[in-house]
Amino acid sequence: MDAIILQILNGLDKGSAYALIALGLTLIFGTLGVVNFAHGALFMIGAFCAVTLSRILTLSHTVIDETKTDFLGNPLKVDVPYIYDIFGQATGDVIIDWAVPLSILFAIPVMVGVGVIMERGLIKHFYKRPHADQILVTFGLAIVLQEVIKYFYGANPIPTPAPSAFTGSFDFGAMLGFDPNTIIYPYWRLVYFAFAAIIIGAVFAFLQFTTFGMVVRAGMADRETVGLLGINIDKRFTIMFGLAAAVAGLAGVMYTPINSPNYHMGMDFLVLSFVVVVVGGMGSLPGAVLAGFLLGILESIASMTQVLDVLPGLNQIIIYLVAIIILLTRPRGLMGRKGVMEE
Amino acid sequence: MSKSNFTRRGLLKTSAVGGAGLAVPTIFTASSASAFTNEPTGDTVTLGFNVPQSGPYADEGADELRAYELAVEHLNGTGADNGMLETFSSKALKGNGILGKKVEYVTGDTQTKSDAARASAKSMIEKDGAVMITGGSSSGVAVAVQALCQEAGVIFMAGLTHSNDTTGKDKKANGFRHFFNSYMSGAALAPVLEKMYGSDRKAYHLTADYNWGYTTEEAIVSSTEAMGWETVNTVKTPLTQTDFSSYIAPVLQSGADVLVLNHYGGNMVNSLTNAVQFGLRDKQVNGKNFEIVVPLYSRLMAKGAGANVKGIFGSTNWHWSLQDDASKAFVKSFGTKYGFPPSQAAHTCYVQALLYADAVERAGTFNPCGVVEALEGFEFDGMGNGPTLYRAEDHQCFKDVLVVKGKENPTSEFDLLEIVEVTPVAQVTYPPDHPQFAGGSLGSCNPGA
Repeated sequence: MDAIILQILNGLDKGSAYALIALGLTLIFGTLGVVNFAHGALFMIGAFCAVTLSRILTLSHTVIDETKTDFLGNPLKVDVPYIYDIFGQATGDVIIDWAVPLSILFAIPVMVGVGVIMERGLIKHFYKRPHADQILVTFGLAIVLQEVIKYFYGANPIPTPAPSAFTGSFDFGAMLGFDPNTIIYPYWRLVYFAFAAIIIGAVFAFLQFTTFGMVVRAGMADRETVGLLGINIDKRFTIMFGLAAAVAGLAGVMYTPINSPNYHMGMDFLVLSFVVVVVGGMGSLPGAVLAGFLLGILESIASMTQVLDVLPGLNQIIIYLVAIIILLTRPRGLMGRKGVMEE
Repeated sequence: MSKSNFTRRGLLKTSAVGGAGLAVPTIFTASSASAFTNEPTGDTVTLGFNVPQSGPYADEGADELRAYELAVEHLNGTGADNGMLETFSSKALKGNGILGKKVEYVTGDTQTKSDAARASAKSMIEKDGAVMITGGSSSGVAVAVQALCQEAGVIFMAGLTHSNDTTGKDKKANGFRHFFNSYMSGAALAPVLEKMYGSDRKAYHLTADYNWGYTTEEAIVSSTEAMGWETVNTVKTPLTQTDFSSYIAPVLQSGADVLVLNHYGGNMVNSLTNAVQFGLRDKQVNGKNFEIVVPLYSRLMAKGAGANVKGIFGSTNWHWSLQDDASKAFVKSFGTKYGFPPSQAAHTCYVQALLYADAVERAGTFNPCGVVEALEGFEFDGMGNGPTLYRAEDHQCFKDVLVVKGKENPTSEFDLLEIVEVTPVAQVTYPPDHPQFAGGSLGSCNPGA
C-alpha cells in the first residue's frame, strides 16, 4: 500500500510536467490547428532561461588570491560575482540561491517573445500546408534550437539547484501512520506540483473568465464566424501561441532542479507529451491535463520492482501501450470532442 | 545541330576497356608493394581520431580531441613542450613524427552510436587512409569499432571504455585498452568501502540497462559480497531514463543502507541528483548513515551533478591532481594550451596515441602485426599511472587504480574529486581466464591488405 502511495506521489510531478507541456500543445493545436513538434524545445529553452539567469547573477570579475595556487601553480584566480559588490555577500548569496524561482520573471517575457517570433516568423507560413509539412518544419526547428543551445551551453547537463530552503524531503509515511522513511517526497517536487496546479488553473481561468479568452474559445469553435464578426482572430491566436510557449517555458524553468538541464531534454518530453495529447483528446484542454497526470502516475507504478518482476520492461512501454488501447477503443481520446479523429 | 560519331554503346565500351586498363597497374602495385592496410608511403602518416563530437558525450569527445591534438604536437615536436615524452620510460620517440613521418590526423564523429562510429571509422580507413583508429567514450562503440578494425587490418587503441567485455569476451588481436575496467573498479573500491562503511551493509543497485551496466554491477556485487555485504536488490533502469524518482523512491523501503549507482554520463548525473533530492544521504537506516556509491566517476560528468557529488565514493582511471612527474608534465602541457586541466578521458587518449607511436618506433614498422608484437607484454612507466603492463593475453593495461571521493570544499569548477587511495596494481590484477572475462579470444593479428 505504502509503495503504491509513493509511486502515485512520484507520478504527480512527472504528470505535472507532461500536463503543462501537453496543455501548451493542445492550446496551439486547438487555436492554430498546427501540430507543433518544437514544443519540447520551448520547454528546453525555458529551462535554459533558468541557467542563463543564474549565469547572469553569478557574472564575476576576477580577483587574484596570492595565498592559494591553481592547478598550474600560478596564483589562484577567484571569481567574485558583481552582485556581491552591489548587495553585499550575504544578500548576494540569497539572490543567487533563489535563481530558479527568480527565473520565472525572466522567462515569461523571453518565452512569449520566442513564441511570437516563432509563430510570425515561421509557423504562420505553414497554416495552409498539410500536417505532415507542419510536423517536418517544426521538428526541424526543434533540432536547430537544440543545436543552438548545445553550441552555447555544451552537451553536458548543467546543475541548477533549488533554493537551499527546499532541499531534503518530506516524510509522508510518518504523517499517514506508516513507518518513517517509507513514503518520502522531495520538497521541490511538491513545489513543482503546486506550481503546475496554479499555472493550469490560471490558464483555464484566463480562457473561461476573460473576454479575450471567450473570443479565443469562440475562434477555436468556429474561426470563420468569429472572423466574419470583424474580430482579428489571427492576432489573438498569435498571442495564444506566445502564452503556450510561456507555459512550456515555465514548466522547464521549474523542472531544472529536478533534473539538470541539457540540450536534449525537450526531445525526451516531446514524444511523451504528444502521447498525452492523443490520450487526452486532440484539442481538449481538460483532457491534456487529465491524461498528463494519469500517464505520469501509470509510468511511476509501472516502474515498481513488484510490477517489473511480473512484467519485465513494462516501464518502458506502458505509455505507448495505453496510447494504443485508447486509439483502438476511443480514437477521440479520453475527453476529445465527438467526431474528432473519428471520421 | 552537330553530328557526333559517338554512340552510347561505343562510349560505354571504350570507357570500360579504358577503365580496366588504367586499373591494372594499381591492382598489381597494390598487392605487391603494400604489405598491410594503408601502409604510409609518403612522408606523412595519418591517424584516425574517432570521438563523440555530437550527442550526449560531445564534451567528453571534445576533451579527447584536445588531448590527441596535443599528442600530435608532441609527436611531431611542434608543441610548446614535450609533455609526457619527457617522462615516458621508453625513449624511442624523438619528436620527429613516427618513423620519421610527420603525423597527420583525421577526425570522425562516433555520436556515441555503434553504427555511426563504425561508419566514421570505416570512412577514415578507406577514404583517408588512417593506419590506426583511436578514441570513443562508450563500451558499445569501442566493441563495435574494435571489431571493424580487426576486419580492416588496422590497430584500434580504445579511448574511454570501462566494460569488462572490451578486453573480455569481445577482445580482438588488433585492439588495445589503456583504460581500466569494471572488475578493477570493484576490486579497488571494495576495501575502501569496507573501511569507511563496515562489512555489514545492505546494498541496492540501480544499473543502466546495457552492456557496461551489467559488467559493472556484476563486478561491484561480487567484490562487495566477498567482504560481507548483502545485495538487497538489483534494478535495471532504461538508458533513456531521465527522471529516476520512481526507481529511487522504493530504495529506503527495501531496507538497504547503501545505494550503488551503476550509471554513467547523463544517467549518473540525473540518478545522483534525484537520490540527493530525496534526502537519502540524510537518512539513517539500520542504525547507520545511508550512503551512495558511484563506481565509475568522471570529472566532466561530476560537474553536471554539482554539489551532489560531495562525499560520494567512486573510482577513476586518472586524475589531474596526481603529483607524479608524468601527470604534472601532462597537466602543464594541457593546462597551458587550453587553460583548464585535462579529464581522465583526455589522459587515456593522449597516452594511447603515444603508446601506439612508441610501439611503431620500436617495431620499426606500421604493420599492425609488428605493432601488436611490440605492445604485447610491454612494460612501461612515466605515463601517470605508475608502472604499467600491456598484458599479452587480453591487451588490457594493468596499473594502479584511483579511488576518489566528491570533494567537500572545491576551490574551482575542476576541483571536484579528491583522491582517497591509489590502489596498487596487484590488488586489481586478475587471471586472463577470470569468469567475468570469460569467452571470446584475441585471434591473430590482421594486417589487412
